[in-house]
Amino acid sequence: MKLITAVVKPHRLDEIKEALQAFGVQGLTVTEASGYGRQRGHTEVYRGAEYTVDLVPKIRIEVLVEDGDAEELIEVVVKAARTGKIGDGKVWSVPVDTAVRVRTGERGPDAL
Amino acid sequence: MPPGITTLAADKIELSAANTGFMLICSALVMLMTPGLAFFYGGMVRVKSTLNMLMMSFISLGIVTILWVLYGFSLAFGADVGSVIGWSSDYVGLSGIGITELWDGYTIPVYVFAVFQLMFAIITPALISGALADRVKFTAWALFVTLWVTVVYFPVAHWVWGSGGWLFEMGVIDFAGGTAVHINAGAAALGVILVIGKRVGFKKDPMRPHSLPLVMLGAGLLWFGWFGFNAGSWLGNDDGVGAVMFLNTQIATAAAMLAWLAYEKIRHGSFTTLGAASGAVAGLVAITPAGGSVSPLGAIAVGAIAGLLCAMAVGLKYKLGYDDSLDVIGVHLVGGVVGSLLVGFFATGGVQSDAKGLFYGGGFDQLGKQAVGVFAVLAYSLVVSALLAFVIDKAMGMRVPEDDEVSGIDQVEHAETAYDFSGAGGGSASRTAAPAPGLTDRAGAAKNKKVDA
Repeated sequence: MKLITAVVKPHRLDEIKEALQAFGVQGLTVTEASGYGRQRGHTEVYRGAEYTVDLVPKIRIEVLVEDGDAEELIEVVVKAARTGKIGDGKVWSVPVDTAVRVRTGERGPDAL
Repeated sequence: MPPGITTLAADKIELSAANTGFMLICSALVMLMTPGLAFFYGGMVRVKSTLNMLMMSFISLGIVTILWVLYGFSLAFGADVGSVIGWSSDYVGLSGIGITELWDGYTIPVYVFAVFQLMFAIITPALISGALADRVKFTAWALFVTLWVTVVYFPVAHWVWGSGGWLFEMGVIDFAGGTAVHINAGAAALGVILVIGKRVGFKKDPMRPHSLPLVMLGAGLLWFGWFGFNAGSWLGNDDGVGAVMFLNTQIATAAAMLAWLAYEKIRHGSFTTLGAASGAVAGLVAITPAGGSVSPLGAIAVGAIAGLLCAMAVGLKYKLGYDDSLDVIGVHLVGGVVGSLLVGFFATGGVQSDAKGLFYGGGFDQLGKQAVGVFAVLAYSLVVSALLAFVIDKAMGMRVPEDDEVSGIDQVEHAETAYDFSGAGGGSASRTAAPAPGLTDRAGAAKNKKVDA
């Protein structure tokens, strides 16, 4: 199994959700997050005093998938999240040892 | 405003219901400026000191009103004593004034004049508070307001507007308070912050305004109330001067807002909300002394010059290293000085007074008088305010402890916070005070029908 994590712009959430549903993903977890990438945040000016706002709002989407689906799913997320502008975010995957469905105790791919 | 000069030629001056009504409305408008100022300032501070900022303005409504009744009106507008102060025992406690007694040759009752001028006395110390954001003990501030209006505002109001006051007799033009209100408050702000020092983290920590909508709301209320401040300062409107003042107020404010925005677009790349609000206030400040002397085109010039210079001036605190938190010096002192001096250039002669400025053939005469007025009020207020702050600081300490300043002045000074961030239902707040009778247990609460729903 793989855990796909995407940290993306908040306003892309709906598109990503729809793309994942179309792909057949059953569930996902969304968290509000903040952070910055290489371009850093933005600058605000108050009466000439400039403030650099480093941490900009993001959302973090996490999905557990079977190994075979991981690559394709990453592509789906990337395509749905992309605006072409700076700050579009990142998507990555990590291997997962175990997953358990809490209600039934099912393990592995059955738990997804 | 010139007490002592009557605008009516009639031998017998009678109470004018129209002027009296007009002045009562103007007084109410000026009163609204103080809560407006509270929100203008309150939005500019960080979340943790919002309430303290609001309260520093609001308390002035309480303290100054009472002092005004007790002795303030007498000190400012009583019979002249040596050109520097007033005193009339009839005015003490406002006790010896008949309800139909008219003010000094005008068509309005003394009481109306007293209440109108009271509103000026209230907002002037409140203006100072913007420079002291986040760090001054509330009791020390209340004491400062009490002493400051007594030894600075009341005398200066007498100099500038009181019949026999030395600046008034010299012919300094201050229609509605450029020197007595704005230069006075701005110089006092500078005097106090030189004594108390900078906020913890000044120039290091971000100190962004927490609510620009509040700032805009406050600026809007100030703009609205300022019509009373300026148009009311002729103490009537049966000869059109009040209307000139109203018009010039609007014109200069608009010009100053546009000038500030243009400057910051060129200098910093954006038209900011705070810039629009600040530019408007700078224009209001600058037209205050000048509005009864300049033409509508002159008002555009006064506003635009003030907007530009104040926008440039607010950066000085970072260069020079004094922490004028919310730019009282950059906006009120600089704006007041600019407006007062521009009277010496743009006075057309023939509206408020016959005095003409440099551009209208009046030579340097009026400009020189204006400069004397500016310098005298600035120097007096700066020195005495610094002394007062020094004495209060020695006696009781002006500042809250550093830890309290960092954690937020609202909680330590007022036992409140401006906003509830505890999540849905405000669940994290727990009640520690003794519960009201009937709330000590569920059964008691159920039996007691008086429990608040």
